[in-house]
Amino acid sequence: MTQAMTDKPLVVAGRTLTSRLIIGTGKYASYEQNARALEASGAEMITVALRRVNLSDPSEPRLVDFIDPEKYIFLPNTAGCFTGEDAVRTLRLAREAGGWSLVKLEVLSDPKHLYPDMAETLRAAEMLIREGFDVMVYCSDDPVYARRLEEVGCCAIMPLGAPIGSGLGIQNPVNIRLIIEQSSVPVIVDAGVGTASDATVAMELGCDGVLMNTAIAEAKDPILMASAMKHAVIAGRQSYLAGRMPKKRYADASSPLFGLI
Amino acid sequence: MLQLTVNGEARNMPAGSRITDLVRELGLDGRKIAVERNLEIVPRSRYSLDSLAQGDRIEIVAFVGGG
Repeated sequence: MTQAMTDKPLVVAGRTLTSRLIIGTGKYASYEQNARALEASGAEMITVALRRVNLSDPSEPRLVDFIDPEKYIFLPNTAGCFTGEDAVRTLRLAREAGGWSLVKLEVLSDPKHLYPDMAETLRAAEMLIREGFDVMVYCSDDPVYARRLEEVGCCAIMPLGAPIGSGLGIQNPVNIRLIIEQSSVPVIVDAGVGTASDATVAMELGCDGVLMNTAIAEAKDPILMASAMKHAVIAGRQSYLAGRMPKKRYADASSPLFGLI
Repeated sequence: MLQLTVNGEARNMPAGSRITDLVRELGLDGRKIAVERNLEIVPRSRYSLDSLAQGDRIEIVAFVGGG
């Protein structure tokens, strides 16, 4: 049996995921396109946001009419929150709307780079965990803060690979690897993936999963890209488990050197 | 008449109205939303129990696409 076949599934806060790809649901042309991309991606968990209902059009399409919360794990986020109190308030409402306590915490700082405010993120994580939330936390690639977030009880550490929505790929492989090595909860690269090879790079570092939104939603063909990402994550995971060959400075012929005519 | 603020907009409801009346008035499906009243969550089980009060600030939210 190959190692890939014996790979343990990703488990987050007691929930078992067969797919190591988590996708966002923002920026799609429509919820219908979103639902098709989700199906093509094979993802079982999706991030969602919580916003005021549009009272002037109560019949506008609802996400839950296209993506069934019974079939997929909805991970409510705190996008747009800049303080711990905002994040806690948002997720209390999300828990009431959905009825579950698994959430994605993100407390941002400057809209220009959307880098997480780590002091505030840590404070918010502590507040949420005290209230019984299972917190998957979006964080910087700082191994020191990542460790503190794990120590206060976060159930997944989700460092950025590059700024949200930038599609710049994994800019910080050294830090991501340090975080993976020290963590005993799942590490999921969240943000920065732009194309399939970026997802593979993240998985080859040994990440437990990848979370992405814009890379799929803003592809010319989101459904085809969702399929590409599915395969990229699987390829990266298998490559990590298989263990790559050592790099060499000179060529090493693949055909035997003896028996030449 | 009760003067309320619902999602930041002024709205009037008859005295004695409950959350469930407001939700119906707005044409919303109560199973797909969450309601906050003066910064406190209102559990779905209380929509038909709690009377609205003058000046209540109500937020009604739902899941939307996000990353």
